Amino acid sequence: MSPEPEKEMKGKRDKPEKGSPVDRAGGESRRQEVDAAPAGEIRIGAFICNCGTNIAGFLDAKDVSDYARMLPNVVFSRENLFSCSEAGVTDIKNAIKEHKLNRVVVAACTPRTHEPLFRAACEEAGLNKFLFEFVNIREHCSWVHKGERDIATQKAKDLVRMGVARATRLEPKEEITTDVKRTALVIGGGISGLTCALSLARRGFMVTLVEREKELGGLLRYVNVLYPSGVSAGTFVASRIKEVKKSSRIEVLTSSTVQNVKGYIGDYVVSVSSKDRKSRDVNCGVIVVATGANQLVPEGHFGYDGKKVVSQLQLEGMLRQGKLKSKRIVMILCAGARIRERVYCSKICCMTSIKNATLIKKTVPGASVHLLYRDLQCYGVANEEAYLGAKAMGVRFVNYSLENPPVVENGRVRVSSPLSGREMSIETDLVVLASPLVPREGAEVVSRMLKVPLDENKFFLEAHVKLRPMDFATDGIYVCGTAHWPASVSESISQALGAASHASIPLTRGYVKVEPIVSELVDEEACRGCGMCAAVCPYGAVEIVETDKGPKARMIEVACKGCGVCAASCYKRAIGISHYTDEQLDAQVRAYLKGDE
Amino acid sequence: MLDAGRHPNIEILAYSEVESVKGRAGAFTAKVRRKARFINEELCNACGDCMAKCPRKVPDDFDMHLRDRRAVYLYFAQGIPAVATIDKDHCTYFEKGKCRLCERVCQKEAVDFEQKDKILNLSVDAIVVATGLDVFDPTPMTQYGYGRIKNVITGLEYERLINATGPTGGHLYRPSDGTLAKKVAYIQCVGSRDLNYCKHCSSVCCMYAIKDAMLAREHDVEANSHIFHTDFRNVGKWFQEYEQKGKDLYGINYVRGRVGEVQEDKDGNPVVWYEDTQKREVKSLTFDLVVLSVAAMPAKGSEELAKILGIELDDSGFVRVRAGEPADTSRPGIFSCGFCNGPVDIPESVSQASAAAMRVAETILPQVKVASG
Ligand SMILES: Cc1cc2nc3c(=O)[nH]c(=O)nc-3n(C[C@H](O)[C@H](O)[C@H](O)COP(=O)(O)OP(=O)(O)OC[C@H]3O[C@@H](n4cnc5c(N)ncnc54)[C@H](O)[C@@H]3O)c2cc1C
Ligand SMILES: Cc1cc2nc3c(=O)[nH]c(=O)nc-3n(C[C@H](O)[C@H](O)[C@H](O)COP(=O)(O)OP(=O)(O)OC[C@H]3O[C@@H](n4cnc5c(N)ncnc54)[C@H](O)[C@@H]3O)c2cc1C
Ligand code: SF4
Ligand code: SF4
Repeated sequence: MSPEPEKEMKGKRDKPEKGSPVDRAGGESRRQEVDAAPAGEIRIGAFICNCGTNIAGFLDAKDVSDYARMLPNVVFSRENLFSCSEAGVTDIKNAIKEHKLNRVVVAACTPRTHEPLFRAACEEAGLNKFLFEFVNIREHCSWVHKGERDIATQKAKDLVRMGVARATRLEPKEEITTDVKRTALVIGGGISGLTCALSLARRGFMVTLVEREKELGGLLRYVNVLYPSGVSAGTFVASRIKEVKKSSRIEVLTSSTVQNVKGYIGDYVVSVSSKDRKSRDVNCGVIVVATGANQLVPEGHFGYDGKKVVSQLQLEGMLRQGKLKSKRIVMILCAGARIRERVYCSKICCMTSIKNATLIKKTVPGASVHLLYRDLQCYGVANEEAYLGAKAMGVRFVNYSLENPPVVENGRVRVSSPLSGREMSIETDLVVLASPLVPREGAEVVSRMLKVPLDENKFFLEAHVKLRPMDFATDGIYVCGTAHWPASVSESISQALGAASHASIPLTRGYVKVEPIVSELVDEEACRGCGMCAAVCPYGAVEIVETDKGPKARMIEVACKGCGVCAASCYKRAIGISHYTDEQLDAQVRAYLKGDE
Repeated sequence: MLDAGRHPNIEILAYSEVESVKGRAGAFTAKVRRKARFINEELCNACGDCMAKCPRKVPDDFDMHLRDRRAVYLYFAQGIPAVATIDKDHCTYFEKGKCRLCERVCQKEAVDFEQKDKILNLSVDAIVVATGLDVFDPTPMTQYGYGRIKNVITGLEYERLINATGPTGGHLYRPSDGTLAKKVAYIQCVGSRDLNYCKHCSSVCCMYAIKDAMLAREHDVEANSHIFHTDFRNVGKWFQEYEQKGKDLYGINYVRGRVGEVQEDKDGNPVVWYEDTQKREVKSLTFDLVVLSVAAMPAKGSEELAKILGIELDDSGFVRVRAGEPADTSRPGIFSCGFCNGPVDIPESVSQASAAAMRVAETILPQVKVASG
């Protein structure tokens, strides 16, 4: 590797506009803060990376580097074969010291991969890392303008000029840190909440588990045996409850609900009111939502009456108590699910039905079971096996269509099956409806208090459906189990452990650190406390507080992600985003519009 | 992937395999073979100069052999670590003792033909298995014509075709004559739910077929798709809504019925013979391209790996986890997550992965000391 010989051309450089960046946001500046740099000279170093041939292969990097050196405030520039290499980084560090740089601009690839590296380089050379500006001339330029060398070179110059303009106005910043109270609150004491609480307790954290009912266990208290394992649901959940009660780190509050939530990650104050205890405040660092789901009572579907036409949950009860007297059983699936009013598939009711159908065939001599379904959701290994097992046991599977649903009438179920092409009239003494899981009552209240969203079905809405199924957009709050979407016990447990894992990250550290790229009330005078910002903030990071000057917005820095919607919504322009100030962005835009002079 | 690659607590040993594991939870020793890349990982910057010069073309396995790579190659553009590898089995120098062009052009002097496999003995407290899946090769199911009829491809091959960074830049050029495929059929449960091949339901193929058909339409408004399915298994969050959207907004035709046979007409178009179970007739439809939603099964080599680790597998070859502890294998200290535990999609894999991480933390980390009060 032969680095370009250093070519400094200080003499030719435009005069730096010392002191006062001229292109400040128009009009009189209400903002009283002084530019940090203008106190002294602004000395920018610009580094243009070749990225091997990735950049230099498609544009003239040397030309860009020479150009950069002519820009206002740039005292040094150079191109590197690979700025990210050991040599490239050392080069930056040396230049900072030698040339007394107080701003660094690197024009290279993407901040997504390399910003931390260059920031660290600045820091190691004694420069605040927020005085670093990254310009992307690879993804945004060389890669998309292959074969247009001149245009690509010109665009790279534009981008660098803009970067330099912003760099001139950068200010040193410190990361924001807050302590995290090393305790957790888990809302909901079903299998998910129990598992999550236990897991956190095993890591040493104190947990408060709030359950609305008198007893822990959730829906599994009413279930007979579990698919696919065949173990008793009651025994299974009882053993987990026992562990929870034994744990010295878990405080269980039954017959209790959450009344009010204040605070943010690391420091929540949650007031819990209990029927049999005085209400009290729980101080915690993180919150896990495990409020579960209940089976829809299939009122209005297939003649449900709770006696001759019952739900799967009722059947579970009969089986558990040995009270099943019927012998000719017809199960109708998707009762209240996958219909226009409730589009979703509840995932667990096919398997619940197959489980119970098989059990009846096994334990009730001479029983017949017909299972009327639309699509059988036996996904995976064990479920498909259970289905084959049920068929082998003599459970009769009859397909029906949404357009032509089964009709239940005194002692018979009429169904026409598109798969067999037959009309059937099945004699029966018990119809069992598999109805879907629906979110528990009160989910909205929890959602409102925690400022986390629900979806259109009132299940909790996670941060990202694919990649962050247990997180909310708001840090410090997590979700697991059927509160999030219908799930089997095993899926609920995975999610509960997963939520515990995510929650334990801030708990273990004992602090959270956030980038100081956050919203700030730059003009308190102007703020009318209208609350628009608080209403639009997706992270619950803005609140309206009473001050002696009336209601004002207050930013919760640790909760803020710097997305800027609050600033955009503020008609008084009282909110700004630090590190992306109006001045900085304005300067960038003006630098672009100004073109090469 | 990037996050993992950048994390200070994660060391990635790519191009490596575990050869033996001794010890117990809290004190395992794992013998790991780091296969020689013949490239110095410290020096290589993945600039690609070597690949530009390498004369030897090899079918690209990442792109499902739909295009060629060179003997020195990056597995795929975003791969971590971003380091080139020389494929010893196809390299001209290793074959003929002459060439070393890559060595000459590499400005970082990263090419190292003397590099040897390295054996590492790692001391670890816990092990997580996450070996995922491989797809079923449908060649033995001759009725579908895979391998015989050029325009019959697998779902994974389709994923590469429709991918903007894939061999056709995201255009559905069909293999036989390179024309744009407009009428596409997806055949579900190929090798899945089939006692002769894989008994299990692969869980993800119904959804990815819908996704693929949607993508075809997004690329080309004239694209028209048929999905031939048995039970249509779309059970995850918003999957029914997705299915509905596929029908209403993307014009996908869902046909319930198993396909009996795929034939080829004189123009190379695949002809799908199927039983329309709703109408109870045997019918045929001619397509430009047929995509087989082939079964997904445990990754190749997972049986040997299970022996090395001393963990149990189920009859289908997936890792057997303990009831009530979905991240625990049969051996204490060894955890598992993702598709190797049984068919799961991405969100389920993600939550299982976090669960496995939590179980590791619970098992091996000292408890955090929390001052009471
Ligand atoms: C008929 C039937 C049979 C089933 N059979 C099986 C089976 O065999 N195998 C299987 O894997 N799965 C089965 N399931 C699914 C299984 O029940 C769920 O996976 C499991 O219950 C989910 O647990 P959870 O903790 O997420 O929710 P839940 O069990 O619903 O627990 C939630 C808890 O939170 C409490 N709560 C709710 N809101 C609040 C609030 N605001 N404040 C405080 N507490 C609150 C509730 O009172 C409840 O105790 C079945 C479901 C049904 C309906
Ligand atoms: C065609 C197709 C399309 C799909 N589309 C979607 C979709 O749109 N959405 C969705 O949610 N899901 C989709 N899926 C499912 C998705 O691919 C899986 O859920 C996911 O890949 C599982 O992740 P994993 O990490 O468990 O396994 P994998 O992604 O298979 O990763 C396993 C890794 O382990 C490595 N490995 C294997 N054996 C060893 C060994 N012995 N030693 C070292 N390393 C080893 C492999 O090389 C691989 O890198 C699709 C699947 C297929 C087949
Ligand atoms: S799991 Fe089965 S019964 Fe339940 S909604 Fe889905 S398809 Fe219908
Ligand atoms: S997911 Fe759909 S296509 Fe795949 S095996 Fe299961 S039922 Fe068949």
